[in-house]
Amino acid sequence: MAGDDRVTRPSRSGIPMKGLFIGMWVTLKALFKKPVTVNYPLEKEIPVPRARGVIALDTEACTVCMLCARECPDWCIYIEGHKEEVPPAKEGGRIRTRAKLDRFDIDYALCMYCGICVEVCPFDALFWSPDYEYSEYQIDGMLHDSQRLTDWLATVPQPPALES
Amino acid sequence: MNFWLELVLKLVLILGLVVLPGALVVIFGELKISAHMQSRIGPYFAGGRWGWAQPLADGAKFIQKEDLIPAAADDSVYRLAPYVVLAGTFATFVIIPFGPDLVAADLDLGVFYLLAISSITTIGVLMAGWSSGNKYSLIGGLRAGAQLIAYELPMVLAVVAVAVQAGTLSLSGIVEAQAEMSIFGLDLHLPYLLTGQIVGFVIFMIAALAELSRIPFDMPIAESELTMGYLTEYSGLRFTMFFLGEYASMISFAAVAATLYLGGYYAPFVPTDALNVLGPIILVSKVAVLCFLMIWFRWTWPRLREDQLQSLAWHWLIPLALVNIVVIATFKAVL
Repeated sequence: MAGDDRVTRPSRSGIPMKGLFIGMWVTLKALFKKPVTVNYPLEKEIPVPRARGVIALDTEACTVCMLCARECPDWCIYIEGHKEEVPPAKEGGRIRTRAKLDRFDIDYALCMYCGICVEVCPFDALFWSPDYEYSEYQIDGMLHDSQRLTDWLATVPQPPALES
Repeated sequence: MNFWLELVLKLVLILGLVVLPGALVVIFGELKISAHMQSRIGPYFAGGRWGWAQPLADGAKFIQKEDLIPAAADDSVYRLAPYVVLAGTFATFVIIPFGPDLVAADLDLGVFYLLAISSITTIGVLMAGWSSGNKYSLIGGLRAGAQLIAYELPMVLAVVAVAVQAGTLSLSGIVEAQAEMSIFGLDLHLPYLLTGQIVGFVIFMIAALAELSRIPFDMPIAESELTMGYLTEYSGLRFTMFFLGEYASMISFAAVAATLYLGGYYAPFVPTDALNVLGPIILVSKVAVLCFLMIWFRWTWPRLREDQLQSLAWHWLIPLALVNIVVIATFKAVL
């Protein structure tokens, strides 16, 4: 009884091959519309401010804690550092030690833009920048050193104001 | 004029002025029209404005590629196949009249020659599929064979109806018959499409699309299942020849359809003595419209399944074409 009702058949219009001609009307309309694509090298798409284009590094804020390198799923962050002694701030004080960053490289040939490093950084040393134009002819050019990562800092948008 | 000199002259004229530029223009049209139908821009940079040199750039790229022959291939057949396809395609242009006197060879059996010669392409495709030593090529080639046998019949039967109505097998004769058409004593100088051949025209166009292996009938090169069918192993210049042949035969089928159904070089209200000058332009514009139709179909419609393809030909087109012949013949006898 209910057997036939449960079978969902594709709905058919009465006119055979009507769908073909509806399709032709669609493509004909599209033919005379303005294309939606952006003609890239000549005109550039403006990404949204919080787009994940490239990661910028603030070397002053980095404490060489290695959290980002350890959390990176692709292991594309390379960090090296050493401890150096800081003379005491006051006379007769104790000599302090401080971590010094020697190397901070991100290999964008490996990076999958997950942003875990940015989120995990406890000292706000890493930022997302919407800049996306850093393609290279050679793959080793995709390894950005700390200087290049610092340069990206200029393209990082201002964070929105805090709510009071 | 010397026979051989005339032959070479006609060959150079047809190949250099009609086939190659025509194929390049149709390739460019396909690139641009498909792009805009998909809301893209398409070729843009090659050659400056509109990317008009894109087909030439593609050709230059193809020529530089290595002419690879698989180890399992049947060498000589593999090398020969693209030439057979091209020869079959180019031979069609011999009898297409571009004007009252602008025809390479006005054969009395023009239509017969046309249908015979256009099947040679199939042999080339079968050769390519068989000799490649590749399962995709073999299946693609055999599919092409099955498809072309199935669609040759409705095409022949559709053309028979035109021959019956015109009372001649010569293509120039058919064009003249359309120019002197009269029904009920009225001087209707209309193409056959408007005077009773609309069913035949539809059948002919469907069969032509199938013979060209274009979407919705591109089962022989169905990319999703057969990689590229009989073209899989071809590269470089030989692939270019298949590619050019495909577009050249698109033009040839469009030209034949325009001659048989749309009045060829003839158009109403054009003085007859100007046809030798205006005829080619009229024919080319009709061909352009038909080529646009084919491109439009290709970028809109889905591909048919192999069994649907065969059932369309054997269950629908052939009976319909037979009925069409009977109806046309009856009208011809009565009127």
